[in-house]
Amino acid sequence: MSILIDRSTRLVVQGITGRDGSFHARAMKEYGTQVVAGVTPGKGGQNLDGIPIFDRVSDAVRETGANTSVIYVPPPFAADAILEAAHASIRLVVAITEGIPVMDVVPVMKEVQAMGVRVIGPNCPGLISPGLSKVGILPGEIHLPGPVGVVSRSGTLTYEMVYQLTRSGIGQSTCIGIGGDPVIGTRFLDVLQLFEADPDTKAVVMIGEIGGTAEEEAARYVKESMTKPVVGFIAGRTAPPGKRMGHAGAIISSGRGTAEEKIAALEAAGIPVARIPSEVGPLVQRALDRGRG
Amino acid sequence: MNIHEYQAKELFLAHGIPVPPGRVASTADEAHAIARELGGTVVVKAQVHSGGRGKAGGVKLAANPQEARAKAEAILKLQIQGLPVRKVLVAPALDIAHEYYLGIVLDRAEGLPLIMVSREGGIEIEEVAREKPEALFRHHFHPVIGLREFEARELATSIEPDQKVARQIAAILRKLCRAYVALDATLVEINPLVLTPGGDVVALDAKVNLDDNALFRHPELEAMRDPDTETDQDRQARELGLSFIKLEGTIGCVVNGAGLAMATMDLVKHFGGEPANFLDIGGSSDPRKVVTAIRIITQDPQVRAILFNIFGGITRCDDVARGLVQGIQETKVELPIVIRLVGTNEKEGREILRGVPGLTAAETMDEAVQKVIELGGAA
Repeated sequence: MSILIDRSTRLVVQGITGRDGSFHARAMKEYGTQVVAGVTPGKGGQNLDGIPIFDRVSDAVRETGANTSVIYVPPPFAADAILEAAHASIRLVVAITEGIPVMDVVPVMKEVQAMGVRVIGPNCPGLISPGLSKVGILPGEIHLPGPVGVVSRSGTLTYEMVYQLTRSGIGQSTCIGIGGDPVIGTRFLDVLQLFEADPDTKAVVMIGEIGGTAEEEAARYVKESMTKPVVGFIAGRTAPPGKRMGHAGAIISSGRGTAEEKIAALEAAGIPVARIPSEVGPLVQRALDRGRG
Repeated sequence: MNIHEYQAKELFLAHGIPVPPGRVASTADEAHAIARELGGTVVVKAQVHSGGRGKAGGVKLAANPQEARAKAEAILKLQIQGLPVRKVLVAPALDIAHEYYLGIVLDRAEGLPLIMVSREGGIEIEEVAREKPEALFRHHFHPVIGLREFEARELATSIEPDQKVARQIAAILRKLCRAYVALDATLVEINPLVLTPGGDVVALDAKVNLDDNALFRHPELEAMRDPDTETDQDRQARELGLSFIKLEGTIGCVVNGAGLAMATMDLVKHFGGEPANFLDIGGSSDPRKVVTAIRIITQDPQVRAILFNIFGGITRCDDVARGLVQGIQETKVELPIVIRLVGTNEKEGREILRGVPGLTAAETMDEAVQKVIELGGAA
């Protein structure tokens, strides 16, 4: 089993005719995701390898029964694309686009929250339920079905962790990148709650980084309410303060949001924190063994 | 992007927020001329992107134009937190009856802009929050709705009981919120906002940080970028959409993705090396980015070896490989390069790199980092 996406996921790709959109639409289809539609305004009526393209998300939903959307639309139009999907009855919107102005994202997140629509990202790699479905840009071949949930603010660092888990024979229920922007639709806490409720997830890997306090918030939840073991990793121990480390949200401001603070918060909540990525696998294995014993 | 105080004040003025008159000078003579024009005592303020200007000797009073010239000359020779002072703001020195603090930041946890106001101005707001939290008032606002009149009144009255003054503060607060949204700011701050003995409320200082992701729709703000605040390497990186931050070590790092780039730096340090930089070639696949990355890193004379750590997702390994081959040809780099390539189009990428001299391949991140430290030397 898995969270958020599985075999019932019917995906519409917004921005399917762009370089990244078309490449990853094909890759998702190849992986086994039901890619039922694409949307690019002005290109309705065309198709990509048999995937029908529509001008509007509402057309795609009506014609194909799409229930999930993934967004590869360029930054100036991406926030609007999220809203278009939400208003077309899409329940899960995965926004891959990097570089959306935060002032565009703020009102969008408030609106979709009120509508009960879940947004993942923006500036995220998407998510994958190995063997069932993948939505986004994650390389499918490194994943293996299994009992570990993975949640991360990063893209490629998540792949790194998953790659190591898979090489040690530890499979994943769902892997999800929540995005590196300061304002995102789904936070660590939300994903931990979903993993806690998923009967097939036995342990969780949480990969955080400098900036903000979302890791601390998640640690409080783990301590107070979570029964499943969580293993942590925090990137950015060598990051200088006041500099934006690639992700718009990865910045130590006024001395807050450091890796040390986050590691301390996680450890105080009883979460073992790997010092280097290759320690994650063994820590997860230990957590799984303990769970069985 | 950060802008200077004088630029922030121009933006405030355009939004109807009162600021003292004043002009910017790049030479002592210009400062002299501005001081003569203004008359009376003036303040000469260093224009650099750093806090603590006063403590560093970058803010001085001058009783007359001659003194303004001398102070400007001294300040223009300063380096404040490593940044050279190239401009000074010359403005009339105001008499101050009271100093307040007004600021707006993005509250990430709440997903909304957060207004902070305090009757305790002129000191760092972190200090107020720590020492006297009861003197700090907070309020979120929705950027589309803005700050409503009653909310502005509420906030203003909590820091100033005199309604004549509070009314002015409330008006400034609403304008500040509008400016925050209109400019796509990530931070605006007036510290201090001052009350003059005559009863006027004026922004004595101004700080504005802008959202880099929104600059595409603000050419007028992009034009405020001060070329003196970035190095040649910074500029090349910015123009090609790379995230680059120079550090002091010897191991050049080229990584795709910010999280992996940070983790790679951390790992270099863990195994006894020192990273020379943070460099994220970003999400999309463009061989030119890789070429630029190599050029930027080879411009740093401290770099002794280069580590490529690429995990393909939206980035395709074959594109990175093509960029690497081209970059080696163009820069004629002779430093040892360790490359680790996994993910999307990994096989195609390895095929392109087969037989390229000077490259050491590695399977895992630990192995790659240990190899590059071996080749480049530990710290």
